[in-house]
Amino acid sequence: MGETIIEACGLGHLYGERRALDKVSFGVPRGEIFGLLGPNGGGKTTLFRILATLIRAGEGRARIDGHDVSDEPHAVRQRLGVAFQSPSLDGLLTVRENLQHHARLQGLGRADTLHRVAELLEAFDLGERAEARVATLSGGLARRVDLARALLHRPAVLLLDEPTTGLDPGARRELWRHLDALRTRDGSTVLVSTHLMEDAERCDRLLLLDRGQVVALDTPENLRHDVGGDVIVVHGGDPQVLADDILRTLGETAAVVDGTCRIRRQRGHEFVPVLFEALPGRIEAISVGRPTLEDVFLQRTGRHLLEERSADE
Amino acid sequence: MSFATSQPTAPIAQSSTISGFGHAAQAIEALWWRDIVRFYRQRSRIVGALATPLLFWLLLGSGFSGSFRAGGAESSVGYATFFYPGVMVMIVLFTAIFSTISVIEDRREGFLQAVLVAPISRAAIVAGKILGGSTLALGQAAILLAAMPWLDIHPGASGVALAVLVLTLISFALTGLGFIIAWQLDSTQGFHAIMNLVLMPMWLLSGAFFPPQGASSWLRPLIVMNPLTYGVAALREALAPGAAGVDAPSFGFSLGVTFVFALATFLIARILANRPLDTRLA
Repeated sequence: MGETIIEACGLGHLYGERRALDKVSFGVPRGEIFGLLGPNGGGKTTLFRILATLIRAGEGRARIDGHDVSDEPHAVRQRLGVAFQSPSLDGLLTVRENLQHHARLQGLGRADTLHRVAELLEAFDLGERAEARVATLSGGLARRVDLARALLHRPAVLLLDEPTTGLDPGARRELWRHLDALRTRDGSTVLVSTHLMEDAERCDRLLLLDRGQVVALDTPENLRHDVGGDVIVVHGGDPQVLADDILRTLGETAAVVDGTCRIRRQRGHEFVPVLFEALPGRIEAISVGRPTLEDVFLQRTGRHLLEERSADE
Repeated sequence: MSFATSQPTAPIAQSSTISGFGHAAQAIEALWWRDIVRFYRQRSRIVGALATPLLFWLLLGSGFSGSFRAGGAESSVGYATFFYPGVMVMIVLFTAIFSTISVIEDRREGFLQAVLVAPISRAAIVAGKILGGSTLALGQAAILLAAMPWLDIHPGASGVALAVLVLTLISFALTGLGFIIAWQLDSTQGFHAIMNLVLMPMWLLSGAFFPPQGASSWLRPLIVMNPLTYGVAALREALAPGAAGVDAPSFGFSLGVTFVFALATFLIARILANRPLDTRLA
């Protein structure tokens, strides 16, 4: 592992009475794709905004490439490329104009602006739409322009807030292809906040945040491994009724996640026939697989990732 | 595909970015340019910007001049001569202030966040925004200035130059005022409400519409404290010396107050923009 480029130490933040962040510490080595995973309202957005220099941390410190985000925001901003949940583009300007405008804000000279914009238009396959107004672009395309925008000044660290929100699977894969290329070719460090499993699986390491606190910090692989065993997913009628019956007849606790009933067990395949016998005719489909990050979150917090869509974040 | 340079771990391409004052000037220019481009790509705004002064031009030039003279007031000064600076200030007021609505839209749509995390000072952001709105307001005022010969107002070259100076300061001050209000609001509806609450009285109590000398005693302090009063007085004096009346503030004093007004709104806007965005964003 290389030197630590993002460093958080005891970060805490309060919105009035509500504690959004509590003693969050972690470090990200250069060249890593680092994920912030947690439910909406779990503290991701607050942490993201502190790192992006938009709000000052109430407690603790954070450093980007050796510069304190609160005390040296200017130095930090020079090193950061940030893409927010909704693309920071002007719909009335063309793709090229948006990129040029932002390059000027970043302090690129005239020649460098032209060169860099041309380079990024090509890298992101945007050449054909360069003269199109951004308002006419699809969500996936706009997101790509926004990513190009964040990269204009060759930032050492890229911060992406829910970058795949609203993208179809194809556009999502495309975005990740670009992020992987960035990391491998340029050694960029990428911090991604997300509440989606597919995104989280693609990160080198994940910070699980819940209620403002760090729940876990490890690679997706290790996190899943720690849960252990297999996960049996049962479909059939009302999942809650199914879960209650499984507990009553077999004494096995089942969790209801996303309209399915999930049971965590060692040697899951041996439990499948037992389930069929205990619930004759009730099971429509059943699958046995390795734990997902959803199971990891469930095990660590006793709660689901997808629920708790709180209104305040 | 090549994303960047051969130096993957270089912190940033410091050598290729310009720094300090040059960067600030460039950022101000970029922000200003965006406001101008946005304006001319919105057809309704162009129509409104051209039609409003033309409408007043027509109404003032012919429609009401007779009725005003019949009333007997201000007999020494033509109606157009009296009312014209007030109309100009009104048009500048609305264009300048409403141009800052984009601050609210930019924040809602996420554009502003990227500007805020760019390595530029908040003062540059405020200046770029204020210059953009001021330019649009001045452009409209210029249409009205061009109409003066047909309205029998003949200020001469120096009068026009002074009027442009005063209008520039008023535009700057009022765009700054709009920025101060817009920065603290989350909805454009709220912006309109506050504008109506603040702007209309501000204009009515500036002497633009009624001569301040004739106001009742309880309104007088409000007129004296209204910074726009001095903008209107200065403009009136520039276009037709003596037209403002003998007990009106002097041109030099009015110009000074207008300058302070512009400087104050800029500084307040800058202070507000410097405050870290906190709970409002969450």
